[in-house]
Amino acid sequence: MTTSSEDVLLQVPQVRYKKGDGTLFLMDQRLIWMVENRDTVAVSHSYADIKSQKISPEGKVKVQLQVVLHNGVSSTFHFTNRNGLQAQLADRDKVKEMLQTLLPKFKRKVDRELEEKNKLLSSNPALLQLYKDLVMTEVVTSEEFWVQHASQYTQKQKQQPQDIGVSGAFLADIKPQTDGCNGLKYNITPDIIECIFKTYPAVKKKYVENVPTKLSESQFWTKFFQSHYFHRDRKYAESKDLFTECGKIDDQEMKRDIQTGVDDPLVNITEFEDKTLDEGYGVANEKTNVTSGTVSQAMIKRFNQHSIMVLKATKKQENSEAEAKNVPKQNGNVSEEKPDDGHVAKKQRIQSKITYEDLDSPSASSSGGPSLSLSKVERYLHGPMPDSNVEQLNPNEASSVLRGVLQETRQWQSRHPSTSLVTPAAAVGALGELSPGGALMRGFQEQSLAQLVPADIENEVRNLYLALCELLSHFWKCFPPSTPTMEQKAVKMHEALHRYHTAKLKPFEDKLIRELSPLSHHLTKHLNQLLNAAYQKFSNWQKIKNR
Amino acid sequence: MKLNVGGLIVYFPYDYIYPEQYAYMCELKKALDAKGHCLLEMPSGTGKTTTLLSLVVAYMLENPHDVRKLIYCSRTVPEIEKVMEELKKLLLYYEKQDGEYPHLVGLVLSSRKNLCIHPEVSTEREGKIVDGKCHSLTASYIRERHNYDDTTPICQYYEGFSLDGKESTMPYGVYSIDDLKQYGRDRNWCPYFLSRFVINHANIVVYSYHYLLDPKIAEVVSKELTKESVVIFDEAHNIDNVCIDSMSVKVNKRIIDRATENINLLERTVAEMREDDHKKLQDEYQRLVEGLRDASVARETDVILSNPVLPDAILTGKYFTLMRVYRMLTINRNSIFFSEAVPGNIRNAEHFISFLKRFIEYLKTRLRVQHVVQESPAGFLKDIQTKVCIERKPLRFCAERLASLLRTLEISDLTDFSPVILITHLATLVATYTKGFTIIVEPFDDKTPTVSNPILHVSCLDSSIAIKPVFDRFQTVVITSGTLSPMDMYPKILNFHPVIMSSFTMTLARPCLLPMIVSKGNDQVAISSKYETREDNAVIRNYGQLLVEVAANVPDGIVCFFTSYLYLESVVASWYDQGVIDSLQRYKLLFIETQDSAETSFALMYYIKACESGRGAVLLSVARGKVSEGVDFDHHLGRAVLMFGIPYVYTQSRILKARLDYLRDQFQIKENDFLTFDAMRHAAQCVGRAIRGKTDYGIMIFADKRFSRSDKRSKLPKWIQEHLKDSLTNLSTEEAVQIAKRWLRQMAQPFTREDQLGVSLLTLEQLQSLEASKIQEQAQQN
Repeated sequence: MTTSSEDVLLQVPQVRYKKGDGTLFLMDQRLIWMVENRDTVAVSHSYADIKSQKISPEGKVKVQLQVVLHNGVSSTFHFTNRNGLQAQLADRDKVKEMLQTLLPKFKRKVDRELEEKNKLLSSNPALLQLYKDLVMTEVVTSEEFWVQHASQYTQKQKQQPQDIGVSGAFLADIKPQTDGCNGLKYNITPDIIECIFKTYPAVKKKYVENVPTKLSESQFWTKFFQSHYFHRDRKYAESKDLFTECGKIDDQEMKRDIQTGVDDPLVNITEFEDKTLDEGYGVANEKTNVTSGTVSQAMIKRFNQHSIMVLKATKKQENSEAEAKNVPKQNGNVSEEKPDDGHVAKKQRIQSKITYEDLDSPSASSSGGPSLSLSKVERYLHGPMPDSNVEQLNPNEASSVLRGVLQETRQWQSRHPSTSLVTPAAAVGALGELSPGGALMRGFQEQSLAQLVPADIENEVRNLYLALCELLSHFWKCFPPSTPTMEQKAVKMHEALHRYHTAKLKPFEDKLIRELSPLSHHLTKHLNQLLNAAYQKFSNWQKIKNR
Repeated sequence: MKLNVGGLIVYFPYDYIYPEQYAYMCELKKALDAKGHCLLEMPSGTGKTTTLLSLVVAYMLENPHDVRKLIYCSRTVPEIEKVMEELKKLLLYYEKQDGEYPHLVGLVLSSRKNLCIHPEVSTEREGKIVDGKCHSLTASYIRERHNYDDTTPICQYYEGFSLDGKESTMPYGVYSIDDLKQYGRDRNWCPYFLSRFVINHANIVVYSYHYLLDPKIAEVVSKELTKESVVIFDEAHNIDNVCIDSMSVKVNKRIIDRATENINLLERTVAEMREDDHKKLQDEYQRLVEGLRDASVARETDVILSNPVLPDAILTGKYFTLMRVYRMLTINRNSIFFSEAVPGNIRNAEHFISFLKRFIEYLKTRLRVQHVVQESPAGFLKDIQTKVCIERKPLRFCAERLASLLRTLEISDLTDFSPVILITHLATLVATYTKGFTIIVEPFDDKTPTVSNPILHVSCLDSSIAIKPVFDRFQTVVITSGTLSPMDMYPKILNFHPVIMSSFTMTLARPCLLPMIVSKGNDQVAISSKYETREDNAVIRNYGQLLVEVAANVPDGIVCFFTSYLYLESVVASWYDQGVIDSLQRYKLLFIETQDSAETSFALMYYIKACESGRGAVLLSVARGKVSEGVDFDHHLGRAVLMFGIPYVYTQSRILKARLDYLRDQFQIKENDFLTFDAMRHAAQCVGRAIRGKTDYGIMIFADKRFSRSDKRSKLPKWIQEHLKDSLTNLSTEEAVQIAKRWLRQMAQPFTREDQLGVSLLTLEQLQSLEASKIQEQAQQN
């Protein structure tokens, strides 16, 4: 394993590895450790494999150094210089510094981006196929591919991270420990502090105000744990501590919220009664108006408050996100506070309560969309045809077409519901025409295509379509090219299409002619048509531009 | 689908039907045919409303002369809105099937608070204030004043309505609250008065109980409704309490003081008027001498004040039926017919005011007691006679006389005068009814015996008094709810004779409810909310453990009901000390009902949010509270309901005791029977909140040892009892949780329509074949 010429950069004796004493060598390519008095290399790590090194914290009895490899394995070396701790530390630091300079040189250039892209490709078979078809055949460059064609995938990746909510019991989870002499010790972690701040913004405000100018952090939290705020069975009116104000702020906030009312009519208890009995009528004793008089009432209020605030803490972020998303969408829907909106929501709520989904028939929900009416059936069936005469439309023709369109649109308004679109006789006639042998089925021999084409060819055709559609969609997006960049892109896409034609379609066609000659033409006919349409468009555009 | 129910073609706006819905229709049709009353119990969530509406509407279209009107009474505003939506759906279905909208008008009547569209008045939230403000804009004398003085504000919507609203008829259709408002806005008509006007000839009227049961409102609103009506009381399990509440009055020191103020104000106003415009007073006096009712009574906007006693005009039937009614009600018929003049000693305004002063002074002395006093109305009247020389007859006319006076004085805002109005109502009630009422004076609240807070109750004991005219007047009254068991109680306490009495169960393709009685904790200590043990730490701890275990194992929402608010408070306090709350919060968020309904609504809203966000939540609530009566916890909002203890009413209350005595003497109902009945209907109401349909599922845990006794168990509705097997009646916490786990796993399996079809869901063909086989069976038996 050892190559003949290796330079020893550093040699440290008295290093223990897995209870065996030995010597640590830092070579120019790798790190090795040999058992004392023996010639065999027990441990050998190439620098390229090492992900990181770790050292034991200061003050520990054992002076150690750990290297962690990319595959997760780690090896720990214990420095046992007989000259005492200082020498051990010195040894260790020497190794550490040497490694520090060495490792970056060997660091494999594991591009994080690349890794991510790799992951993306492996998790999206469709994207992978596209990548294979477009990039590997050099139809488009890799960068172009990632920027243009895979953008929706990469964006989706970015949305992934989700905020962690607040546990309802985060206050309860702070368990006090007695420290033995009439004191209590609370342990809090940054997570808990985060939770407290998220849930109780008032406390955060206090914190920002007081720490570190007036109080130290630990003092602040001590006060917090002493306060009523934490001990919910205490009333805050009597104590004059830092958090009395927080309680008041929370109360005010809650009161404000309550006053704005509940928009769901089904839970708004205050509006339930249509006609309340006037004061003095009825049997029941009047409500005693001692609101939150007792400690337990105050406590109940605090529990509600706590739960509501926990929910709000999580809702806030969602809302802001949702709003951000909604803004571009509902630009027309500015008047959100229209009174009707409330009614609609109310109506929906009630509707949802009264419908019994098991009583309704399943078909009722799937109402057909707008029906498709075709003026040129062939055109629909054959796809866009390269019609070159579009540009040379004479004004007469144009006006007549315009008239036709107008007439057609006029008819749309008075159109009968879709049920009475076609008379039964006409429907039967149409069915006949569409059956084999009918007038509309003349040009079609492809009914048996499914049986004639082997599975792998079919797959290939599918992939071809996938790739071509992707390219075409970008090509067509460039039209009309209004900016120079668009023009550039159009040219580029045109080239890409050509490359695709030569790199993918041609070989495939050749293969078809070799393998199943009778079909060759039909299978790629449409693909070619699509390409030709694009070429036509491009050349037309070029012509106009050069004029 | 179109069904054939006993020869009647019923349009049912769905493609499938539950078997019990069909059975319900059959029974209801029988009652309609017989023109009698009926009592029907059908589990919540089986589409009761749509069943009722489809059948009655079909019947109405088929026999327009037998049934002219459907009056649908429900309890809460959301319920009413739901009914309107169902009705809309039904009538649209008719249109779709027949190609023509049925010639029916259905509309809702609600309070001004909900219907007002006046830009200023409608911003008020409190019903009383809206009423007062509305009155101050629409009273007849205000409008008269506006005629010569433009600065007097009036309501443009009411003016618009009175101008041309009464001549036109509303187009056929269903008008919910929002539709009415829109209709009103479009035409510049007041929706409230429009609705008040239209209900007289609309085919379907939906409103709250009070409009029919509370005599104060019923006389104003419902007196002209036709006799050939079908009246439906939905969610009627509490109807007796509504009846009693609408006839009871109580007076405390504060009201007396404010009434005195009112009287002083009245006195001053009368004196001023005597100087300025004494002709008016003279006119009034003259009218009263002649025994004529105030001519302006006919003006709808003025009649805010009406009698607290049973309305005379609500009974527009034949004279002899009326007499029979009144004899039963022990009402002197003269008090009803105002052909008799107001007695001479209160005709004069000043005399009447001094009369009222004397009466209030008397009430003051009655409130100055150290111990509880209970007496009959007769005794009370006699005492008045001897102490302040007030006779029964003028007392009886108090309410009427005050109404007349307030009208004469042109007092626009009547909200300020509510205390004195209350006092006159009390006088009229006491003087009118000698039976079925009691007078109780309590010097202090039982919970705070040191604080003097005297209250004088005039309490109605007989729930049949208020509902009697409804039964007598309308040809069919349907009392229905999800929980009416035990059903024989209602005919007794409401004193009527139903022709049909039926309870339907829920046919289920899977056991979607799991009732369990947990009688002991893991430590085998019996759990019960019995008075002796309820504060016991072991019981409270076991309740807590049960809840924590359930919260750990049941997904989404859990609702708990306590027997009273006080108990809820003390349990929560103990749970906090015991750490139960902490461990609960580890599983779900905690929300608690408070006595403030705005706060509770807010907590409820967040409870729903918590359930919808997937965190799950626990709601602690109170039986008999507003949540238990009006909020549904369907699907994920209530996967488990826990009933901590039996929700007995506070049995030490003297009013309750008086009522129990009365029930025993009059109707031979034992105290215990009634108390258990009352407790169990509330318990059933609470747990029934969780199941709202056949696709829903929920656990019902009755956590009290006493539930397993047969007298309690047998009083649960049939559809719950059916699933409460003997093996589920005496469980410990652990056992219950094990059973619940297994059951939840079963419920989590996909549930499709095919599973239900033929068992709990029928197509038209299945229904027809079922019918055919039934007929065949009958033929074979004969």
